[in-house]
Amino acid sequence: MHELSLCESIARAVTREAGGRRVSSVRLRIGALRQVVPDTLVYCWSITSRGPVLDGSVLEIDYVPAAVECRDCGTLSELSRFTLSCSGCGGTAVTVVSGEEMLIVSIDVAEAPEASAIPPA
Amino acid sequence: MGRFHRHDDGTVHSHDHDESSHSHDTEERPGHSHDHGPDDLGDHSGYATGRARIEILEDIFSENDRCAAANRAAFDAAGVRVVNLMSSPGSGKTTLLQRTLAELQDRLRVGIIEGDIETPIDAERLSGYGAQISLLNTGNGFGGECHLDAPMVARALAALDLSTLDLVLIENVGNLVCPAEFDVGEHRKAMVYSITEGEDKPLKYPVMFRSVAAVVVNKMDLAPYLDFDLGLFRRNLATVNPSAEVFELSARTGEGVAAWVAWAVGTSPGR
Ligand SMILES: Nc1nc2c(ncn2[C@@H]2O[C@H](COP(=O)(O)OP(=O)(O)O)[C@@H](O)[C@H]2O)c(=O)[nH]1
Ligand SMILES: [Mg+2]
Ligand SMILES: [Zn+2]
Ligand SMILES: [Zn+2]
Ligand SMILES: [Zn+2]
Ligand SMILES: [Zn+2]
Repeated sequence: MHELSLCESIARAVTREAGGRRVSSVRLRIGALRQVVPDTLVYCWSITSRGPVLDGSVLEIDYVPAAVECRDCGTLSELSRFTLSCSGCGGTAVTVVSGEEMLIVSIDVAEAPEASAIPPA
Repeated sequence: MGRFHRHDDGTVHSHDHDESSHSHDTEERPGHSHDHGPDDLGDHSGYATGRARIEILEDIFSENDRCAAANRAAFDAAGVRVVNLMSSPGSGKTTLLQRTLAELQDRLRVGIIEGDIETPIDAERLSGYGAQISLLNTGNGFGGECHLDAPMVARALAALDLSTLDLVLIENVGNLVCPAEFDVGEHRKAMVYSITEGEDKPLKYPVMFRSVAAVVVNKMDLAPYLDFDLGLFRRNLATVNPSAEVFELSARTGEGVAAWVAWAVGTSPGR
């Protein structure tokens, strides 16, 4: 739903980090609990990634499943739907241990800045 | 873990990079194949030499979250408690705010950030109770923003004098998806759910229902005319948010509103 505004944030952060070098790919880590549709994000990136630094860059999305850990029996349960309970003992004293990630992990850039991509000083 | 690519031809697909080198030539996309080593950089963009990888490890929401922290600092400095009210369209946020303002009139100094204006009438409904009201233009008559973010709330603060307020109530955009994702600097999130919406809403929108400290169950005056199963709703809510405070009330008749108001102002035992 808000994938376009997320892409605008990603574009600002990536442009800042790239230091004028051309970006070929952007790796994201996104948890299943973050209500982001990866295909939509990729589509929005194709609209947002304009200009000499970002043009032609691709998003690579590592999609992290949701998992909870039981505070009583220690069982780690991967969730296919969101129910806060332990698959080991059925208890509800669980902590979300993954699925809430929303990270720009890394970018791949050309070694040398593109002459045309260096912002004016 | 699957990974999505956009290729030069504009297509998107995902495949696993955790295994060793592989190639793929799918039925749906005959003729498309390429190889990936476990750690190679792929060559999806058309140039191959002189690459470097820069680690970033930055939260995509960090811009928003920095702004939310600044909003919260401003609220704290002025000693103002802030509640962010969310719901699907038509659950009764504005009606509940009207009731809340009527209860608090002459008791507490309240500010409203109104981010869900569908018609000019929505804003008028909140006037006349002595509250400061800041309107955020989120619609254009054909739909519009789908959530409030921290920079929007920061802009809304220009129309409020925090030093003269005790409580700020934010009416978020009617939407059960994105508003749950954006910290705007509030101290508590709450949502209004109405009993016309179906008992399974918490299971369909678990992220929203999990994000809040309190759930208002509104339109209880309609209970005699509906076959709403309150016990089932409560069980569904408990599977995603066992610790939420629940307030059953009717914003229309006012029944049950007092307990909500006590929670909103921060004087009830449940915060
Ligand atoms: N019967 C009944 N109707 C209500 C109640 N609260 C709100 N409504 C009605 O529901 C509709 C939407 O309410 P509104 O406050 O505008 O919802 P919002 O979109 O969440 O701000 C209006 O027609 C209200 O009069 C209630 O407690 N009982
Ligand atoms: Mg409203
Ligand atoms: Zn367990
Ligand atoms: Zn491929
Ligand atoms: Zn690939
Ligand atoms: Zn949104």
